[in-house]
Amino acid sequence: MTIGALEGVLLIPALSAGLLAVLPGYKLTSRLNMLAAFLTFATAASLFVVEPASGRYLLVDDLNKVFIVLTTFVAFTTSAFSASYIGHEIETGRLKPAHVRFYHAMYQVLMFAMNLALIANNIGLMWVAIELATLTTVLMVGLYRTHEALEAAWKYFILGSVGIALALFGTILVYMAAQPVIGEGPDAMVWTILMTQAARFDPDLLNVAFVFLLLGYGTKVGLAPLHAWLPDAHAEGPTPISAVLSGLLLNVALYALLRFKMLLALNPVAIAPGPLMVTMGLISAVFAAFMLYSRRDIKRMFAYSSIEHMGIIVFAFGMGGPLANFAGLLHMTMHSLTKSAIFFAVGHIAQIKGTQRIADISGLTVTHPVLGWGLVAGVVAIAGLPPMGIFMSEFLVVSSTFARAPWLVLILVIAILVALGGLFIKLNTIAFGDPRGSNAPAQASYVPMFAHLAIVFAAGIYMPPALVTGFQNVARLLG
Amino acid sequence: MHSITFDIAHMLAGSLVLVSFIQLYQQRLSALLNIFALHAFVLAASVAWQAYVQDAPHLYITAVIALIFKALVIPLALRRIVIRLGIHREIENVFGVGLAMLLGIGLVALSMVVMLRVTSGADPLAREDLAFALSVVLLGLLMMVTRRNAVSQVVGFMSLENGLVLAATGAKGMPLVVEISIAFSVLIAFIVIGIFLFRIRERFDTVDMQAMDRFREEQR
Repeated sequence: MTIGALEGVLLIPALSAGLLAVLPGYKLTSRLNMLAAFLTFATAASLFVVEPASGRYLLVDDLNKVFIVLTTFVAFTTSAFSASYIGHEIETGRLKPAHVRFYHAMYQVLMFAMNLALIANNIGLMWVAIELATLTTVLMVGLYRTHEALEAAWKYFILGSVGIALALFGTILVYMAAQPVIGEGPDAMVWTILMTQAARFDPDLLNVAFVFLLLGYGTKVGLAPLHAWLPDAHAEGPTPISAVLSGLLLNVALYALLRFKMLLALNPVAIAPGPLMVTMGLISAVFAAFMLYSRRDIKRMFAYSSIEHMGIIVFAFGMGGPLANFAGLLHMTMHSLTKSAIFFAVGHIAQIKGTQRIADISGLTVTHPVLGWGLVAGVVAIAGLPPMGIFMSEFLVVSSTFARAPWLVLILVIAILVALGGLFIKLNTIAFGDPRGSNAPAQASYVPMFAHLAIVFAAGIYMPPALVTGFQNVARLLG
Repeated sequence: MHSITFDIAHMLAGSLVLVSFIQLYQQRLSALLNIFALHAFVLAASVAWQAYVQDAPHLYITAVIALIFKALVIPLALRRIVIRLGIHREIENVFGVGLAMLLGIGLVALSMVVMLRVTSGADPLAREDLAFALSVVLLGLLMMVTRRNAVSQVVGFMSLENGLVLAATGAKGMPLVVEISIAFSVLIAFIVIGIFLFRIRERFDTVDMQAMDRFREEQR
């Protein structure tokens, strides 16, 4: 087997995980972590140039190229943020060198698992990869070993395990549906083979399977009745992990859902998965928007904002059609970039102030102008105000679906506006109130945060035609 | 027309559902752990029978994992934890046994209706297995919801997972079954270690808190 770009995005993180687990010294290892993440990103980007063929185990098409490039890019910028974050944690003694070694190794294992989930050409392998990603994030959420962190990790663990258990049941059912057509053995789990034969599968089995898959992977996406793990896990873990969870892991679970949706769409008799996704998406968006008002913890607040945005994205994909899929894809990209930028800012803010309580953080634009205005820009973007990219994607979601389901879209618009209000009420005191708390100078790396915000800003103004055609191809693929 | 192989497979899968019901009304943790060991044992027997019927030797590995890891190692480890924490005699009554049993019966009926209806075209053995497996999964979920104690939640999760293994082995020729059962074993091992650290830490915290209180009183 020759080692191409496709194998590279798995091998680089796997090898560096092993290396980072044994090397001492956090300065060296955090740089190595960055280097490995950059190499993975470069390899992933090269997928657009070399265009490798899908094999028996690994799959590459327009859909997962977008996901994998986004994943590796945010993973790279987060590793840059993580370097300065971890440096601070070591200095204040919140983390010990042994913990950091573990953290960096786990970071790379997580990259490996996410990339594997994205390029696996086998529904079983994809399930195993998502389980691995869950496990590593559980370990990282519990990194601080405080009572709250362990409790959050435990809750995440139990809910995540139930989710992946349900997803496995769904996966087994898909195999059962495929087996009479394709025959026994591994072939009946390979995506590329499944897709060609899906029209002849037993539709009833596929329907039941999709319900289990939606509940199972939906837990990991953070859809409303199943979201309970998400705010805790975001609030108690190290902030780089909050950024990776919100920006990437939720997307990976969403990717799994989208693949199964495509499979069902190929079967003429099976139910349309769209309405189920639309319902869950709407419930999540509305619920999370109202929950924003009573949050006291800054990271928890932005975790609820993630639930809201995942709701919008699932709504868009559920509506389907080239335009809504395009909007959903764009919104997902913009949300990943913006939310991770916000978590970069929040991470430094929490370190300076020594607290995550919103009541104890105030007047940031006065005491720390760069950080404060960065956060303001991030919140303006995430709330969906022009001229940022999220405004454009939300506008597209609304306009592309309004003709088909005006009442549902009305609910969505209300949720977006409610969320906007909630975010700005909190932002008002955080950024513009009387300065409170520690005034220690920030030892922050601003580059990742502003790089993300710049991309989101640019996308709101001008989208390069190459990107538009790329997204359009994917949107057509999604059906 | 049913052969003896079918009847035995049917009986083993049905017993698994029965043992799931027995778990529902256990109030003492130590008794619950015994019943779970029985659950895993029945699963091992069922998987071994499937391995024989389907002539799939790799399934014997799954059966052995179920037997050694889930029927012996995990219950013993959990028992040690429970005894060390002094909660083995603890009685937990979340809600009435009658109500839990009724809910359980409802869930089993639901899974029969759903599964038997949608799998009308499938092989009868796989069909029955799948219906029983879904019952076991749902009963496991019910147990996780109705219990408060971390140990019994984990037992609920493990019996849920036994249902999944039953489903996976029932699906003829499904690949990756062994790998998946190993992955789950690793997951469970993590959970058990997690409980151990979590509960032990909680205990130390309380010890520390008492020490703090004493210290404060001395200061006064």
